[in-house]
Amino acid sequence: MPDYPLAEKMPGQLKTPTGLPFSEITLRAVLDGRITMEDLRVTPEALELQARIAQAAGRRQLAENLRRAAELAAVPEERIREIYNALRPGRGTRAGLLALATDLEERYAAARCAALIREAAESAA
Amino acid sequence: MGGSKRFQSRAGREVNRDSFIGEWPETGLIVTDSPYDPAPSVAIHDGRIVEMDGRPEAEFDILDRFIALHAIDVAIAEAAMATDSTALARMLVDVHAPRTAVVRMFAGLTPAKIVEVIRSLNVVEMMMALQKMRARRTPSNQAHVTNRRENPALLAADAAEAVERGFAELETTVGVARYAPLNALAVLIGSATGRGAALTQCAVEESLGLRLALLGLTSYAETLSVYGTEKAFRDGDDTPWSKAFLASAYASRGIKVRFTSGTGSEALMGHAEARSMLYLETRCLMAIRGAGSQGVQNGSISCIALPESLPGGVRGVLAENLIAALLDLEVASGNDAMASHSSIRKAAKLMLQFLPGADFVFSGYSVMPRQDNLFGGGNFDADDLDDYNILQRDMQADGGLRPAREPEVLEVRHRAALAVQAVFEELALPPVSGAEVEAAVRAYSSEDMPERNVVADLEAAGEFLRRGRNGVDVIRALARRGFRDIAEKILTVQKLRVSGDYLQTSALVLPGGRVLSAINDPNDYQGPGTGYRLSAERAAEIDAIPQALDPRAIGAEPAYPPLRLDEIGDAAAGDHPREIVIAVGPAFGGTLQATLLGLPHARVLEALIQGVEEDGLTARVVKIRHTSDCGFIGHAGAQLSGSGIAIGIQSKGTTVIHRRDLEPLDNLELFPQAPNLTLDSYRVIGRNAAKYAKREPVLPVPVQIDNLARLKYIVRTTILHLKETEQVDPARPPQEVRARHA
Repeated sequence: MPDYPLAEKMPGQLKTPTGLPFSEITLRAVLDGRITMEDLRVTPEALELQARIAQAAGRRQLAENLRRAAELAAVPEERIREIYNALRPGRGTRAGLLALATDLEERYAAARCAALIREAAESAA
Repeated sequence: MGGSKRFQSRAGREVNRDSFIGEWPETGLIVTDSPYDPAPSVAIHDGRIVEMDGRPEAEFDILDRFIALHAIDVAIAEAAMATDSTALARMLVDVHAPRTAVVRMFAGLTPAKIVEVIRSLNVVEMMMALQKMRARRTPSNQAHVTNRRENPALLAADAAEAVERGFAELETTVGVARYAPLNALAVLIGSATGRGAALTQCAVEESLGLRLALLGLTSYAETLSVYGTEKAFRDGDDTPWSKAFLASAYASRGIKVRFTSGTGSEALMGHAEARSMLYLETRCLMAIRGAGSQGVQNGSISCIALPESLPGGVRGVLAENLIAALLDLEVASGNDAMASHSSIRKAAKLMLQFLPGADFVFSGYSVMPRQDNLFGGGNFDADDLDDYNILQRDMQADGGLRPAREPEVLEVRHRAALAVQAVFEELALPPVSGAEVEAAVRAYSSEDMPERNVVADLEAAGEFLRRGRNGVDVIRALARRGFRDIAEKILTVQKLRVSGDYLQTSALVLPGGRVLSAINDPNDYQGPGTGYRLSAERAAEIDAIPQALDPRAIGAEPAYPPLRLDEIGDAAAGDHPREIVIAVGPAFGGTLQATLLGLPHARVLEALIQGVEEDGLTARVVKIRHTSDCGFIGHAGAQLSGSGIAIGIQSKGTTVIHRRDLEPLDNLELFPQAPNLTLDSYRVIGRNAAKYAKREPVLPVPVQIDNLARLKYIVRTTILHLKETEQVDPARPPQEVRARHA
């Protein structure tokens, strides 16, 4: 079981999305331009660790959310906003949502997110 | 015959400015137990819920469907639903039923069943249950930081003060939506200026809110609103699935999310479908759990005055907080909008969350005065901060705040305003003037702030967003301008995005950057001696309000002129019939120098002597050493008096006129309320004593009755009397004295 909080108990296993070790996130590095906002993001690996912690605490739905988040970590912000907007009432068609789901699955291996979108297409579109 | 003047007086009271109505179930204007609420039921087929609360799957609306698919643990649903509701309710107040067991059981219940369980609890039982069931052991608090003029220096100063006062989260919002990036920026800078490291958010439209968070200008979001009927949900421009997706989107960037719901919103929107507010709120909370949110802010939030207009409204709001906790969600328990005009009613309502403790007792305590709060006033605001700190001290309850002293507050406000000024300059935003900085430090409200160029600010805000200015730009600007400590602290919080630690339930960031959540600080309450207790350090912090005086220093203040009564031998009985003895207490003109009101003993003694002499008699001063009781002092004096009349006076100023033949606790006149005695009263007391000696008719000295005197002076009275009693020497007879004006 991962040791929580990760930042305190297992910083050696944390990395930024660009592969920098957690310990290298310093003010010096920010000032030197070695750290940008893109580095200050969680990775799918850290999200999976957090999901395991949540699951072990009996929080099945939170764990599922964190695993969906792990899938979305690689999805660009613009694409995320498109999908979110398509899920809002009266925006997307059933077919449009299904296509978004397939795209997420194929390009980002985002199976859980795809399942959520398909469910929305069946239930609320 | 006219009306009652007492009814007229009450009609003018603040509580009667609140609105009250009877129930109207058909429109949802009923807090709990609508006759149209469904009865609990569940049917499961092949691991799938095919009927819930009397509705077959084919008739499910979007909330039913989402709840059935995501919120209910099918594995235990049948067993949990079959458990007697009263038995479940008793688990909530049974210290032998641990939180984890209750959470497991409630995971299998439908909305109607949960409402049925809660129905049997009164508010005290609900408070006991909330104490056990909130997710994080340590309670905390969230602040609202806004102002009407959207002044960035004032926002930063207020944010810094909030953190100095112990708030763990800061929420800002906008009057004009386009201000959002600048407001978020100002609050971010302020949040890292005080002692702590608060998380920050800016409540705006979902899409813009996400953008601000991704840019690192905020670290959490709580605007994900959920409604309890399909129509209300759609009017909110979302579905449970879009909200669930949005929650994952935030988490994918390491941003904390809390949903929002609350009783009354569906009725307000005209879509309550004849269901009770609590039933609909339970559906919201189950949808929130199903979406995988770690928590919720509820407690009616901005609708609070609507449930409060109905019978059971305040109980209903506590019930919704409790249900959120039972569903294992972090609870930010409301108290963020004006709940009443009446201070009594507002404070009474607060106690329901304050005493049991919540993950965040307020989902927005207004650290500014009400007129600057853009969220709806705040049930408590800047003017109530001393009250709040004193309530913590009174109850020994942790409401998440710490008393702050003015010099420290001014210092962090100044630094935050300077930091904003520097960052605005570095990032080529419209300048923050020196006058704005100075005004922000000492302002009561934004009325005290110089006007800014709104057009230029809005233009710059738009440009800021277009260019994608972000948290790292802010950190660099701060460090370049000598605010390295603030830069470091912002980075410390941003760094936690990489670990995702504050995505866990009920997370907050402690001063120093350590994350505390329901994982490493789980609520383990199981009765007295368990769960959250004030540590010795925390109790000392709560107790040390700046208003508290050092009791040892009370009464030690010098008086002018000072009086020194030297004891020159045992006092003999006088034999002159025109002599009045003035018997003073053991500390009079010694370790104590002034009365309760601060009248110097020298002047008091002069006034008494003057009064006696005005009526042609002489006064002899003796000091009583064997007692500090006023009656006994006067009685002892009377035994020594040639006329048989004495004035007894304690150091605190309480005075009696006594006669030799009376019982010690009897008297001719007693003046127990020293605060109402002036030098003039002492002179009249002297005259009256002389008149008693001459057996002339005496008009008693008029005494004012002030029922607040005890409230105002009991502490000083106690301490002065303690100090007098310390000087008692039971073996020492009354002493002749010589006055020396030292």
